[in-house]
Amino acid sequence: MRIDIPASLRAYTNNLPCVTVQADTVAQAIATLFDQYPEFRNHLYKPEGTLRSFVNLYLNDAEVRYLPDREETAVKETDTLSIIPSIAGGGGAGPSRTAAGRAEPLE
Amino acid sequence: MLQISQQVYDAIRQHGEETYPHECCGVLLGRFRSEAGTTVNEVEGAARTTNTRADSAHNRYEIDPRELVRIQRSSREQGLEIVGFYHSHPDCPAHWSSTDLAEAHWIGCSYVITAVEKGSARQTNSFHLAGTTEDDKALVRETIEIAGQLDPGLEPAGAEDAL
Repeated sequence: MRIDIPASLRAYTNNLPCVTVQADTVAQAIATLFDQYPEFRNHLYKPEGTLRSFVNLYLNDAEVRYLPDREETAVKETDTLSIIPSIAGGGGAGPSRTAAGRAEPLE
Repeated sequence: MLQISQQVYDAIRQHGEETYPHECCGVLLGRFRSEAGTTVNEVEGAARTTNTRADSAHNRYEIDPRELVRIQRSSREQGLEIVGFYHSHPDCPAHWSSTDLAEAHWIGCSYVITAVEKGSARQTNSFHLAGTTEDDKALVRETIEIAGQLDPGLEPAGAEDAL
């Protein structure tokens, strides 16, 4: 399967825009990616091994964290895994987001 | 440096006017290159996106990652990359805020901000997200070159959370 690498992280994949890996699950695909490019791990995962909150993994058009089997979801050779960092911001004081992306009310 | 055509530059500013008093947002498409040791983000086009922060659209924006997936795939088919993002600050300076920095994760990309005052686009500034990790990232003001001419009016950079 193919893993699409965002331009901002290609410095860790020898500037390759995508990486092809052999894998049976999303987790295996990610592990293979890290085996090939060890520096990549810290940009996607925290030291304790959880996915950083601003990193979104999409298996084709489905977000991995909301799939029934999450990272254990089976993959096919023709599948594409996209790594998409979040994009947000704003100009003034206002409600923030929790790590899970839920809006918090103004105090 | 951000290189951008007058047409795209005007388009992203106009987007901010259309969504006023809410923040607009979108994606900049183009190519990364180096020129005499300087990083150049060359913009070929822009894609408008929906601001999903309906709860606080006057001072917050967020782009649905599903839109980014779609935009990234279609742009690559055209040989283009996501080289940056733009959004507007209604009645607020064209400076990055602490929220802008905290939520910026596309290192190497340009973050373009347009101040829209009472419905009219004013200053547009661009900031390069420098660094290598979340711990050392920084939004650094960069020059905007519009189709062969340098944008003359850059306000001083800095974080400002407007009230």
